[in-house]
Formats: sequence, structure tokens, C-alpha cells
Amino acid sequence: MTTEKTEEREPITGMEAPLYLKYKFTAGESTAKFLSQLKLGRLTGQRCPICSQVYVPARGSCARCGVATNETVELSDKATIQSFTIVHIPIPGNALQPPYIVANLVPDGANISFIHLLSECDNEAVHIGMRVEAVWKPEEEWDYAMENISYFRPLDEPDVPIDEIGR
Amino acid sequence: MKDIAVIAFSQSDSVADAGANNEVELIMPVVSDALGQVGFKSAQDVDFTCSGSCDYLQGAAFAFVSGVDALGAVPPIKESHVEMDAAWALYESWLKIQMGQAESALIYGFGKSSPGELPHVLTLQMDPYYVAPLWADTIGMAALQARTMLDAGAITEEDMANVVSRSRRNALSNPHAQLSGDYDVETLLAEDTYLSPLRRHDCCPSSDGASAMVICTVERAREMGVKYAVIRGIDHRIETHHLGARDLTVSSSTRTAGERAGVFEAPVEVAELYAPFSHQELILSRSLDLDGDVDINPSGGVLAGNMMMASGLSRIGEVAQRIMAGDYQRGLAHATSGACLQHNLVTVLEGV
Amino acid sequence: MAELAAVIGIGQTKYQTKRGDVSIAGLVREAAQNALIDAGLEWRDIDAVVIGKAPDMFEGVVMPETYLTDALGCNGKPMLRVHTAGSVGGSTALVAASHVQSGVFKRVLTVTFEKQSESNAMWALSNPHPFSPHLNAGAGGYFAPIIREYIRRSEAPYDAGIKVAVKDRKHALRNPLAHLQLPDISMEMVEQSPMLWEPLRFLESCPSSDGACALVIAAEDLATQAPKKPAWIRGGAMRSEPTMYAGREEVNPQAGRDCAKDVYSQAGVTDPRRDLDCAEVYVPFSWYEPMWLENLGFAPEGEGWKLTMEGATSLDEGGDIPWNCSGGVLSSNPIGASGMIRFAEAARQVRGDADDHQVEGAKLALGHAYGGGAQFYSMWIVGSEKP
Repeated sequence: MTTEKTEEREPITGMEAPLYLKYKFTAGESTAKFLSQLKLGRLTGQRCPICSQVYVPARGSCARCGVATNETVELSDKATIQSFTIVHIPIPGNALQPPYIVANLVPDGANISFIHLLSECDNEAVHIGMRVEAVWKPEEEWDYAMENISYFRPLDEPDVPIDEIGR
Repeated sequence: MKDIAVIAFSQSDSVADAGANNEVELIMPVVSDALGQVGFKSAQDVDFTCSGSCDYLQGAAFAFVSGVDALGAVPPIKESHVEMDAAWALYESWLKIQMGQAESALIYGFGKSSPGELPHVLTLQMDPYYVAPLWADTIGMAALQARTMLDAGAITEEDMANVVSRSRRNALSNPHAQLSGDYDVETLLAEDTYLSPLRRHDCCPSSDGASAMVICTVERAREMGVKYAVIRGIDHRIETHHLGARDLTVSSSTRTAGERAGVFEAPVEVAELYAPFSHQELILSRSLDLDGDVDINPSGGVLAGNMMMASGLSRIGEVAQRIMAGDYQRGLAHATSGACLQHNLVTVLEGV
Repeated sequence: MAELAAVIGIGQTKYQTKRGDVSIAGLVREAAQNALIDAGLEWRDIDAVVIGKAPDMFEGVVMPETYLTDALGCNGKPMLRVHTAGSVGGSTALVAASHVQSGVFKRVLTVTFEKQSESNAMWALSNPHPFSPHLNAGAGGYFAPIIREYIRRSEAPYDAGIKVAVKDRKHALRNPLAHLQLPDISMEMVEQSPMLWEPLRFLESCPSSDGACALVIAAEDLATQAPKKPAWIRGGAMRSEPTMYAGREEVNPQAGRDCAKDVYSQAGVTDPRRDLDCAEVYVPFSWYEPMWLENLGFAPEGEGWKLTMEGATSLDEGGDIPWNCSGGVLSSNPIGASGMIRFAEAARQVRGDADDHQVEGAKLALGHAYGGGAQFYSMWIVGSEKP
């Protein structure tokens, strides 16, 4: 039996209730194809049968037309910067040291951008329209993952005019 | 209220694991099939689109966002989403048509329960301070309800087995069913209990899948010259979250929703009830005064396959399809949400 | 034809980092109770409840409407749960309004909330997904490249964002409910705050708040009998487009333009800057003010920043079209409620009930919310007079 008076206790303002749920994610058929090709060191997209635009990474549909995309297209690992940001805070659970550049990149042969990192560059010199290429991890480390590409780095090529990015 | 017509319905097979398919790949076939039944090509051909899904099933925030990729939403569409079964997305769409902001709507629901452990995921529906930390799962709570029913003498284990036997038999003629077969009551009762007093077969399976529906004003349906079933009434009611504060042997919210939807105004010939556990079908049929003349769950119901977030819409679709086919003239469909039938929606459908 | 409906009660909580004094249920009840008091009603007067919030993962409660039934006096009533990403606060108000505008119900309570302190919102927004590289350091990381493209196209001065950050925080000083109260706010202070996602600085970004917002919406006959002045709903619209599609206009999204056009035509607005008296617009990052000024037609494309720089959107500078007099999302951001706060604050203005941040004589106001990858929009226009 406690002799402590209730008014002397700290009021309870919270409680810990940790939640653990296990999930077994599936990628989707299109993403699975994309990842299988990445494992082989190839970047691929899918073309819409209606509007002919090429999506990367494909999610299985053309979001514009609402139809399934089935035709796989091999893409170059060279890309153009559509836009970017220099990030000064760490990503939760990622060892990357700020500041680092996260860019929206349109790979050659595709009509849409994906997000990846830029490195081996002068942060201040990075600009929209700049040409970049993938820097792959050593082949023995390749997995079913976008991380097979460590980052992109600038290419010594003329800029793409802004109106032509992704066209 | 205006009568509103169900003009198309499509559902995927109910499967334990949809394998590699992601949400878009689950949705696209049913959406394009439902639209195609009335000659529509994309969500551009309806005035409003509304969906139902739950992030926690997939384990990723904003699961519904990628659903928009399946619709052809360019140019942009009028669209909304409920974090509920798509039966409630139908309700939102029904209001939209009632208020005159739309004449037609596409509704779809999808769920991929296979990546997680559904009973545990649904535990997080419970009061987060008092109940969820105990990790009592949905099956446990349903077992508690079944025990209350049995001990009160409201049902017998034979009654429960009868529900399962009929569901499995009816599901034999349902090409989308996950579980079907010919099982007599004795065989079922010979099985061991799983979570007493429930046997495995008293519990619905966990399924992946999607369903989609197109509705419109009756005037529009006539203009289009398509077959349709009329939504005569639709209503939903929720009751207290605290299981201890409820009489678990009845479903008062189903009763109220049924009254408001007009169930008791004329006899119904068919009912599709969203009863994830066998004893709940008995609670629901009693709450809705369904007697032996009513065909209950001709599809097999959710004991034959439970696509979370789509099953409620599918119940409505199952009844609508049968009415459109001329099998019945008047029927009801029910959808549920929450533990032990906390939240219930009732729709009354009629032929033309 | 839709029935007329009006906001007759508004209830908010104080917005702050952590509301340790209330549970989730306590938080939503506080806002709902305040709305009922404002409307002069009791719980039993409510026919149905519509609840909205952003992802369930923010609090770790799946479909929380089932748990919140009792706190919101819903037993035996209909309850609907809306989720349309960041625009949810606005969409929820519109769905609640449709309960009345359809003629099905007479008085509806709608509540939105977020209690981000109960979980880790940053984690919920960017929890690692196994099939995509995990590079998204929060929402700012997604929007910053789009802002950069806006600056390039419009040739806006580098401090337009800073100006918005100062203006909205000054507005917040007039609103005791606002989360951030920064009496010393200045251009220098914002400029010297840490850079997060270039060009966005810490003080150009919204905070993370606990809070809830509630409205009571009533049919015409009951609204005219309400104790306080109603805010008549003159138009409501929603639009969605996919996050990513080839050729998508991300800086000035079509869904936003279409949604604005729709709501303006319902309310008879032809020139929003002239016809509206003020606007509460979802601006979670400073630069979205000039971007939305253009998207919503208050300024020609490429010139939104001029209104900002001229002080046209500032109450303190006597601007002709004040934006976010409450302090906006930049000053308070309980995500799921943020959109409804915009809708509620627009209603407060036309009810003449916005205290120290009142725009004098406001008759017509816009409430705006957006979400996802700037792809989901909901808007309403409320007026002091019936249409």
C-alpha cells in the first residue's frame, strides 16, 4: 500500500506504446522488371501504347492515359537535370553527409524524371539543363535496387535547352 | 431523394496473395472493366471519382495516391478518397449526385492485405491508450462476441456451421471466390476450434483484390440505354467503440441504417451481408429481420473471400448485378467497418 | 440544384508542438466542443459527423474514426472519414457540406486533426520503401526543386520567399491560436536561419503542430436562425491529377488552375484579386505564395512575386488582397487540419469574427488546400451574404 499522496505525483502526459508490424512488400510487375534489369546494370523504362511517352521507373500504367504500359525500353544512363535542391539536413536512416544534391533527372530516352543524387561536382555550378551520367557501384555489389547507381556526376557535354528536357 | 442507378460493376478474383501486383495493377483491370461495360474509357467520362483504401494494409502512407495513376486523370478530375471501405466512397458519391454537382461517378476500392498480418494491423483500430497496447486482435474480439452469443443461447455452433456450409456451397458458383466447396455441418463441426469458440472456417480469409462500380442518375442511365439497378435508399450508422458498452448480440446501428434506408418498407428477396465471421451473419440477418425466404449471400459472402476496403462495395455490386440480370427485384446490401460490427452501412436496391 | 448551406460554428484548438495535456480524443473533442458553443448547439443537434486527417501513420491509429466515435458524440449517427493527403482539411469540409447541400442532413459537424507529437511524422512521410532510393528528406526535399524552377522562370528576386515568411509570421502575432509567435521576426532573421533544402530556409518552412479544427455546417433554414452570422458557402471544388506523368506542369499545376476556375464560376468571381476580400491559401513553404498567386489567377504567370513584394498580400502593409491573415500554414501546421483551418479562417473573415486579424468589411473569401505532390486541390468560397 502506497502512502504517497496523489497530488504529489507527476501528472501522466504520455505513455510509450511501441508498434511493430512486419510487412512483406511486393514491388509490382513493372517495378519488378525494372529492378531485374537494374541488377544487370541496365536502366529501363516503359512506353505508353497511346501517348508513346516513356516512364521511368514504370509503375505499370501511363498516369496520363490510365492504361497499362507493357513495352519495355532500354534507356541510357546519361541524363539531364530537370531541377535540383541542395539539401542541408540528413535523411533519416541514411549515412549521407549534408550538404548533398538531390536532383530530378530525365534519362536519355525517357520523358519523365526520377530522383537521384549528384556528386563529384561543384554544388554551386550545378544548374538546370546540365548533362550528367550514372556512376555505378562495382558489379559484384549490384542488387535489385536503384542504389546500384551510387550517384550521377556531370558530363562534359553542352546543356540541353530547357524547353527540350524530357521531350 | 433522387433514385440513383448502378450501371456497372466489376471485381477481381479474391486471392490470398496477389503476388507481384501493386495497387495500380490491382485497380486498373476492374476500373477499366467497369467503365467499359457502359462504353466509358477513363475517369474522364464520369463527373466524379471516389475510392476507398487503407494505408496500413499495404504498410505505406498515401497508398491511394498511386491509385490515381490508374484512372487517366489528365486533364485533372474531380476526385476524393475515404480511408474506409469503398461502400462509403459510394455514399460520398451518392451525396455528390444528390446535391447536383455530378450526374455520374466511378467508385473503386482496393486492398492488399497479404503484405502484413491483417488481424494485427486491425488491432491498431482500437483505442490507442487502453486497448491497442493489449494487442487483442480482431479475431479475438470476434471470438468474444461469438462466445457472448453462444452463452446467451442466441445461437448454437450448428447455426454457425450452417452459415459456413451455405457460404461455401454458394461460392461454388462464384468464379471470384477464394474458398468454396461442399461441406456439411457435421464435417465442419468435427474440426478443431481455432480461437474458441471460432473454428478457422468461421473466420473470413484475408484476401487481396479490388472492385469498381459506375453509378449515375436514373435519367442518365435511361438516355444511355443501359441496364441498371436503382439505389432506393442508403444509410450508415456507427456505435460506441467500447465493446463493453455494447450489447454484442445485436447490431443496433445496422437496424437504424436499415430503417433509414427503407429496408422494412417492403420485403427483400436477396441480401449480401458483410459478415467477416459466421456468427455475425446471424446477428445481421436478425437485425434486418431477414427470414428464411431471403437468399442470403448468394455469392458466398466474405467468408468466401474478404478484400478489405473493397468487400463492402462488392456486396452492393453483387446485389446490383443480380437485379440487373433479372434474378431479383428487390434486395439489400450491407457493409461493415470496425471491430464486432461497430459501423454499418445498408443499401436497398431495386430493379426497374 | 444544391441546397444552400452555411458555416454556423467554428472551433479551433491552440496550435503548438505538443499537446501533452490531452489525448487524441481530447484534442478533437476540444475543437468540436468549441464549434458547438460557437453555433449555440448541443451534441444532440448534430445529424452526422465527417472527420478528416492525413495518413493514419502520423498517430499509429488505423481508421481513427472508429475510436473517436464516442468523443465526437457519434453513437447512432453516420460518420465518414476522408483522406485526400494534405488537401484533406479542405476536402473534409466539402464532403461535410455535401451532406447538407444534398438535402440529406440539416446540421453536420466536421472535424480534422493531427497529433503529430504522438508519432514521428517525418518517418511516416518518408519511411524507407524497399524499391525506391530513400532520398526524400521530408516534403521540402520534394518541393524545393519545383520552387527552383519557378524562380528560374519568373526571375523572382531571391528574397520573395523571405518576405512571405516574415509577412505570415507577423500575421500570426495577431492570432493567439497560431503556433509560431515570433515577435522579433525580420528579413534578416529569416535569411540567417539555417538553409534546409535550397532555396528553402528553416524559417521559410512550416512547423509541425498538434491541433484540431471543427466546423458546424447547417442548411439554410437553420443557418438563418443561428446566434452568430453565418458564412454562406458560395462554391466548392476539388481536382486531382497524377503525381507524375510525362509533360506534367509541376510549377503551375493544371489541377489547381482548373479547381480555381470551377470555384470562381460557382461564386461569380471573374477577377479574384478584385472580387475577393481576402484568402487563406495553403502555403507550407514561403515560395508557394507567389506560385499560388499565379496558379489561382491573382496575378499573371511569372508575376505573383510582384504582389508579394509590393505588400499586396500583407495585412500589416494595408495590402488590397491579404493572404493568410491568421498566419497561415507557415505559422501553424497540424497537417490533417491545416486545410480546414484555411476554410475556417476564410469563414471567420466573412462572419466578421476574426478579431485582431480581421480584414475590415470582408464579404467574400477563398479557402484553399492542396496535397500530395501538389496534385490534390480543394477550395471553397464563403460569403457574408447568400448568393
